[in-house]
Amino acid sequence: MRLAAPDTRALQLGLMPGLSLADARARVPELAAIDHDPAGDLALLEWLADGCERYTPMAATDPPQGLILDITGCAHRFPNGETGLASDLARRLERLGLTARLARASTPDAALALAEFGGNEVKALPVAALRVEAETHLALRRAGLKTIGDLATRPRAPLAARFGEALPTLLARLLDEEDTRITPRRAEPAIWTEARFAEPLARSEQAIEVISGLAREAAEAMSRRDVGGRRFEASLFRTDGHVARLAIDTGLPTRDVAMLARLFNERIESLADPLDPGFGYDMVRLAVPLTETLAPEQLQLEGRSMAEVEVAGLIDRLSTRLGKCRIQQLQPNDNHIPEQAAFTLPAQGKPAHIEWPKPEEGDPPLRPLQLFDPPQPITVIAEIPDGPPRRFQWQRASHLIVLYEGPERIAPEWWRRKDGHMAGKGGLTRDYYRVEDAGGRRFWIFRHGLYGTEKASPDWYLHGLFA
Amino acid sequence: MRSRLESDRGIHAEQIAFGAETLDRRLGGGLVRAALHEIYGDTADEASAGGFALLLAWRARKAKPIFWVREEKADRLGGKPYGHGLAGLGIDPNALLLVNAPDSIAALRAGADISRCSAVGAVIIEPFGKAPVLDLTASRRLALAAGQNEVMTLLLRTGVEPMPSAAHTRWQVASAPSTPLPANAPGIPAFDVTLLRHRGGIAGIEARLEWNRDRQSFDQAPLSGGVPAVAIGGTSQAVERRAA
Repeated sequence: MRLAAPDTRALQLGLMPGLSLADARARVPELAAIDHDPAGDLALLEWLADGCERYTPMAATDPPQGLILDITGCAHRFPNGETGLASDLARRLERLGLTARLARASTPDAALALAEFGGNEVKALPVAALRVEAETHLALRRAGLKTIGDLATRPRAPLAARFGEALPTLLARLLDEEDTRITPRRAEPAIWTEARFAEPLARSEQAIEVISGLAREAAEAMSRRDVGGRRFEASLFRTDGHVARLAIDTGLPTRDVAMLARLFNERIESLADPLDPGFGYDMVRLAVPLTETLAPEQLQLEGRSMAEVEVAGLIDRLSTRLGKCRIQQLQPNDNHIPEQAAFTLPAQGKPAHIEWPKPEEGDPPLRPLQLFDPPQPITVIAEIPDGPPRRFQWQRASHLIVLYEGPERIAPEWWRRKDGHMAGKGGLTRDYYRVEDAGGRRFWIFRHGLYGTEKASPDWYLHGLFA
Repeated sequence: MRSRLESDRGIHAEQIAFGAETLDRRLGGGLVRAALHEIYGDTADEASAGGFALLLAWRARKAKPIFWVREEKADRLGGKPYGHGLAGLGIDPNALLLVNAPDSIAALRAGADISRCSAVGAVIIEPFGKAPVLDLTASRRLALAAGQNEVMTLLLRTGVEPMPSAAHTRWQVASAPSTPLPANAPGIPAFDVTLLRHRGGIAGIEARLEWNRDRQSFDQAPLSGGVPAVAIGGTSQAVERRAA
């Protein structure tokens, strides 16, 4: 077992990372050793990155210990600009009991390097600041190139030839000749608006009111661009760094503030754990990650009536409360196997409008109102090989069949089976019968497999009930 | 009792006719649209009672969508609604939205919200089993919402005894033998319906109805023997007097 992360005191005593635990204990008998938890460390890093979103939506982690924030254009809220932002961050980290080294630069590579190695001047950094393999570092040092400054003045092509293709690009990024965007943990939303509070909000209800106010601002921004939102995310930032997130979806693009407030209320009520303000929320942000065009004329042009919007709003509310998949629409499918001939889809996704096949005039219903999934096993008395059912037993009740129609033969999809074209491997044919018992109840039952040719003793099933 | 009905809704509250002349006449036109109605059935008649409720909703909807709120327990025990079966009854499945509620409280809450949306044509609320949350107060709220927003609200309950409620009418529905088609095949859907309660005081209606998909309405089922298709308690004049 080796030391992974000695603290300051341990480092002062000469215990370097990589030292074996036995050796370390030999030098410092009273050493306290805790199991290294890389997963826990990563989780903490990600939690911190989430908290840093209060400064900018562009926050990313640089594992195992790095956080990188793109604060371009985000520092104007602070009295001292970027310096003020940095000291605010340093203060919060200190309050959490974390030691941090902060650095600012024009490119992410330079900022990370300065934070890791210290100092203000990129050129003074050692060549280890370049993120290349250890052998390359060794090769550079052997060549007498010790700092970034040494490399800066040299022509790049020979460097690439001698030390690898990646070197000139990384060097350029450190020296602010090239820039790269960080990949934030969350995509930058199209529209966002936020509110900060010198006195943190102590109650969740206050936060909800603030969300409504922010929704109004967001609606104005959307209106200026002739768009409506399809997805809305509210982030509540606690003073201790924790971020609570509430997200809602809508079926149609919307700018309706009252409806958004109702949906957020539904979302909060449907949370498994209630909102915990802790010591208070000091910032609330509302982002609209997904928008769609919503010009005022569009409502009439696309024939979308007020009633349609109202029903869409109702579906949104119920979907937010119960979950998208519980509010369903039925859709036909071009398949002759009964249980595959129809789907249920979430209504909020506005499934495509497909016409259902119309039954023949004069026919009674040929398909049951309710379908069992899976079909229910029944025992049937019928003449072999293919006589109609005379009586069946389902769940301890016996039914005498008085009227029947059938068989309607539904063949298996033999082409989907391996070797399905060979005899006996195509699957079992179903012979369906529409039956009515003495009590006037109507059932849809089938024989599973042809007697003799497909199955020695076919089973019977109840697939559905008619009205 | 009728005068209270009049003051609540006005004499000309819109009614949805079944399409069967004698039955509609006995009911004074049909079922009041902007009201709560209950449909009870035995467990074995679940599909029939459900079909009957759906057909009523279909007749009442006025080109607006219908919602059917069920509990997920019902899916497991009785089967799920099948689109081609709905089409077989003449109902366009694209006009139907299903709500699969996790429990009876969620079902009732969803049903209440739907009945408050006037852009909805009709809603069927089908709690599973006893559903103690559905007490008199809850049914009063449903009745009020249905009245204010003109959404026909149908409460569908199978396998339980009728409980006190604020519904405008209460029906018992069972499967009835169909008129056989040639070659002894089962015919079009037939229902035995009994009016258990009516706020207007109408009583003693029993009828056997068939659903005619092509005309999209109910018909009096032809019965063998001299039994009238609509049985009434007492003479017709007595019924008129009671209703007045």
